[in-house]
Amino acid sequence: MTPELAGSQVVIEILYLIASVLFILSLKWMSSPTSARHGIWAGEAGMVLAIVGTLMRNGLHDYHMIAIALVLGAIIGVPLGNVAMTAVPQRTALSHAFGALCVTLVGSAEFYLRTPDISRFMMSVLSIEVILGGLTITGSLMAAGKLQEILPQRPLTYKGQNFVNFVLFAIAVAIAVTLVLHPEQKALFPFMILLALIFGVLLIIPIGGADMPTVISLLNAYAGLSAAAMGFVLDSKLLIIAGALDGSSGLILSIIMSKAMNRSFTNVLFGAFGQVQAAAAAGEAKPVRSATPEEAAAILSAANRVIIVPGYGMAVAQAQHKVRELYDALTKRGVDVRFAIHPVAGRMPGHMNVLLAEADIPYDRLIEMDEINGDFPQTDVALVIGANDVTNPAARTDTTSPIYGMPILDVDKAHTVMVIKRSMNPGFAGIDNPLYYLDNTLMLFGDAKAFVGSIVRELGGGH
Amino acid sequence: MNSSSTLINALFIFVLAGFIGFEVIRRVSPLLHTPLMSLTNALDAIAVVGAIVLVGEHKSQLSFIFGFIAIVAATSNIVGGFIITDRMLKMFKSSRPAAKP
Repeated sequence: MTPELAGSQVVIEILYLIASVLFILSLKWMSSPTSARHGIWAGEAGMVLAIVGTLMRNGLHDYHMIAIALVLGAIIGVPLGNVAMTAVPQRTALSHAFGALCVTLVGSAEFYLRTPDISRFMMSVLSIEVILGGLTITGSLMAAGKLQEILPQRPLTYKGQNFVNFVLFAIAVAIAVTLVLHPEQKALFPFMILLALIFGVLLIIPIGGADMPTVISLLNAYAGLSAAAMGFVLDSKLLIIAGALDGSSGLILSIIMSKAMNRSFTNVLFGAFGQVQAAAAAGEAKPVRSATPEEAAAILSAANRVIIVPGYGMAVAQAQHKVRELYDALTKRGVDVRFAIHPVAGRMPGHMNVLLAEADIPYDRLIEMDEINGDFPQTDVALVIGANDVTNPAARTDTTSPIYGMPILDVDKAHTVMVIKRSMNPGFAGIDNPLYYLDNTLMLFGDAKAFVGSIVRELGGGH
Repeated sequence: MNSSSTLINALFIFVLAGFIGFEVIRRVSPLLHTPLMSLTNALDAIAVVGAIVLVGEHKSQLSFIFGFIAIVAATSNIVGGFIITDRMLKMFKSSRPAAKP
């Protein structure tokens, strides 16, 4: 802030600059799985440099407590870094909450330290910081609760929901404006935070489990933007850069996810997602064809090209490792096996890839939707495991379907479609899937793990 | 406190960093979107530096307590975020050419 920087100040700023460069490189190296682990190294190095630089600052004396807090955080962080891969979405949501908690607390502390000496600009940014931070804290906790199934996954809606949300948010903004004009009105500040916290809860209440990938991405963007706002308040270039990187990452992922769910981005931004779809007509009993594991194994081993379409149901059934065995068995017989990954196949962006990689399925066999969709007509068997809506041809043809227009995997174009499913109950969104009644579709009824296991046994024994 | 020129500087940095972020992250393979999110989350926890200053300066009891909790929260993100990102990336293996028919 002073025009002439002291010597140590220059060193600190240079450390911050190096850290910023390392952060950008860290993200750049994430572009490919072969270089991605360098990215972690760069990120860690940048983090250490930044913390060292900060500890060098003049005016710090309570090093003792800093050390205790850092150790405590590390103790909490280790188990959070070692959760099961299926639990990564809720862990991510929780870490958005923690990040936002840090930003909101620092913002609040800065407010009380500086008031009433806060310029209008500073107070505006500080308000953005704590409002975004506050709603991200509770919103992320709600999302984590829904993902962990502590909270009901069904969307909760009531009349005038959007109106209530809007009014709450408007009041929070009105308080912020008042504080910008009269920063000495300290008593208003806690109310602004309280409203932001309530708004975060209300924002997530109407959202169902299927929309979670979008929500997590959006909360990621909010967390990043609030950190960038904190950078403005503290006049920290490093923080502005880190926040801008995180914010743009969250924004890009939100856009990708909302496209994959066929929702307009503005629709998502203003929290209108999660409108409960009118429950589809109760399906009259239409005939389906089903097959046994023996028949399925025979069809699969006679195929040249197989595409497996995994959905989150596969992970729920813990069938990933059996699926890998199936992949191995078929590959050994010379069958070309690939996996078709829909962008919202898991509970967060890219989640399905992680689950399959954990089961040792090579990543070059995991193909994105846009790349693999053209190959279904030349595919002998499409095997759908635990996926439903993302394979529903009604999204292409039926304008009355709630998911009409959503991009789907064109499994129905394969010569034979096999669907592993517990029963004919409609899926998460409660929408009937015409795929199941097609002439080239065989239903394989049973638990995904057990069924795939029986197919593998058949393939092993029959050779 | 802040002259308008520092504000303009900060805005420049924010906008340019946002552009870099968009260009860099657009190139990240969808394969790695989950580790990307856990990594950006860990990097975002650099907010810890603000909290460290609050605790270290100990200007008021409130700022000290808020700062302390903030350090704990952010550090758990740093440590947890890097660990889980590393665990995920370790799992991504390519198929050997020999495994192909």
